[in-house]
Amino acid sequence: MIMTKKYTSYKIKKSSFIGIKKHWQLLLFLLPGLIALILFNYLPMGGILVAFKDYRIRDGIFGSDWVGFANFQKMFTGMEFPRILKNTIVISFLKLITSFPAPIILALLLNEIHNSKIKKCVQTISYLPHFFSWIILGNIFTMLFSIEGPVNSVLKMLGLNESIAFFKSEGWFIFLLIVTNIYQTVGWGTIIYLAAISGIDNSLIEAATIDGAGRFKQVIHIIIPTIMPTVTTVLILNLGGILNAGFDQIYNLYNPTLYNVADIIDTYVLRQLSENNYSIGTAVGLFKSVVGLIFVFATNKIVNKLSDDEMGIM
Amino acid sequence: MKRTKGEKFFSIFNIFFMICFGIMCIYPFLYTLTMSLSTTADSVKDGLHLFTLNPTLESYKLALENENIGIAYFNTILRTVAGTFAALAVSLLYAYALSRNELPGRKIFSNILIFTMLFNGGTIPTYLVIKGLHLLDNRLVYILPGLISAYNVIIARSFFKSIPESLHESAILDGASEFMIFTRIYVPLSKAVIMTLVLWIAVGHWNAWYDSLIYINDEKKIVVQLLLKRMMDSAQTQMVDTIITGDSIAIMPITIRSATTIIAMLPILAIYPFIQKYFMGGVMLGAVKG
Repeated sequence: MIMTKKYTSYKIKKSSFIGIKKHWQLLLFLLPGLIALILFNYLPMGGILVAFKDYRIRDGIFGSDWVGFANFQKMFTGMEFPRILKNTIVISFLKLITSFPAPIILALLLNEIHNSKIKKCVQTISYLPHFFSWIILGNIFTMLFSIEGPVNSVLKMLGLNESIAFFKSEGWFIFLLIVTNIYQTVGWGTIIYLAAISGIDNSLIEAATIDGAGRFKQVIHIIIPTIMPTVTTVLILNLGGILNAGFDQIYNLYNPTLYNVADIIDTYVLRQLSENNYSIGTAVGLFKSVVGLIFVFATNKIVNKLSDDEMGIM
Repeated sequence: MKRTKGEKFFSIFNIFFMICFGIMCIYPFLYTLTMSLSTTADSVKDGLHLFTLNPTLESYKLALENENIGIAYFNTILRTVAGTFAALAVSLLYAYALSRNELPGRKIFSNILIFTMLFNGGTIPTYLVIKGLHLLDNRLVYILPGLISAYNVIIARSFFKSIPESLHESAILDGASEFMIFTRIYVPLSKAVIMTLVLWIAVGHWNAWYDSLIYINDEKKIVVQLLLKRMMDSAQTQMVDTIITGDSIAIMPITIRSATTIIAMLPILAIYPFIQKYFMGGVMLGAVKG
């Protein structure tokens, strides 16, 4: 028994050594990528140590003193963290319940358009916002929704007496975030669902038609069940980003008067960076990464349980 | 196929809805374009600004007079071209190696990559590493951190895997090295996927600004997106200043602002027809093969 065990482990070692020698070219191919991954992905993970230290620029990461969980304690008992956490979750949740179903509905409606020219045209236009940065979009939206902008002009024409200050009122600003987020994501989001719908076997639809099912029933009983796995996958990925309230969007639309509702984890971390509060900033960032990781795994597990391992992504 | 009354009604409503939706999607861009071509007097009028009766290129001239815009534009083009090429080479090589079953430690190398999709060090630790590598205020910071992305590698790998194994075998028998097989067989056969990745990475580079914001202090090294942001911000504060001081001079008219925005958008609009075709293909690949 023992002999065989020894023999096999020896064999594995020898064969993997031969493998390295034989396939050195392939290993060389990996090298540039590996170096980049180590330098820019794994070294920063090591830099998380800063969260457990009292970081001083002069002393560097290794020279600064260990403080254990003091930074986290400071974070949870501080005034600002509850506010940014609440803002992040509220904005993210509101975006999820609006921007997650929107592309599903749009894809179902697009699928019912039989005039291929109109369909193609609407699709092409709706993908456009996906290709521009939030600096450009934010800039366009600040013009559109300004006091003198066309949105307020239209509201005035419709008989509204006072113009709406979208960038001063907290409620309207959140509304603006939700609407512009749908605008940017809805068209692009349909692609994955339209691909799933196009995979439906036509004979299923024909059989349903012969059995007397109307179009509406076909959608309910054939199309929606077919896209369900895609829907859950997208939902899991979205839930993993629950603490991503959309830094790019908010950073390019908000102003200090809106911090009360619009200051989120990422904007806060960026401010800590510019104010040299590295330790607190890292602690908050680490909190965000860990929660995100937990959310992906937990949602995946729940979906797997509920669907007997048929859905889920891992 | 017989359609019920309800279905017919729905069909008409649906087409109407889609047309309205399409108009709403295009409107913000149309508005910006019209504003950039309007005279200052026309631009301050109420209304939707769907078109302008007195088109003028004056705003573009004024926007381009800003001396920084040329340098920023150059920086963006530089990072887009060099960054796309470098990232493509690194990602494809990594993907090719991962696509070979005989690669020793394949599972480990694949997991090292995939883990970066799930977890990252965060803004500040990354900043400290970049600082430690002396990349602050260095244009290389635009290119190096983005050399490899898990998503791009996964897409290229699944495509390489679909190439028949017999091609690789016969090339080996003919004495070809892995590098020759990669450049002479795999790359030419994967043109469509590579085109998708090129556009993907290039658009990402064109739109990137966060790295410029936190790693670059030198105004001569920032990218055009960030320059646009800076111009907007200073216009905003100057506007507040003029309100406070009672000065009635608008510093950055909406027309110049629109023109600068259009200038920053132009390259993307120019390649949009190609993007359409190839980007979609990439999303499908990602969706089907994961």
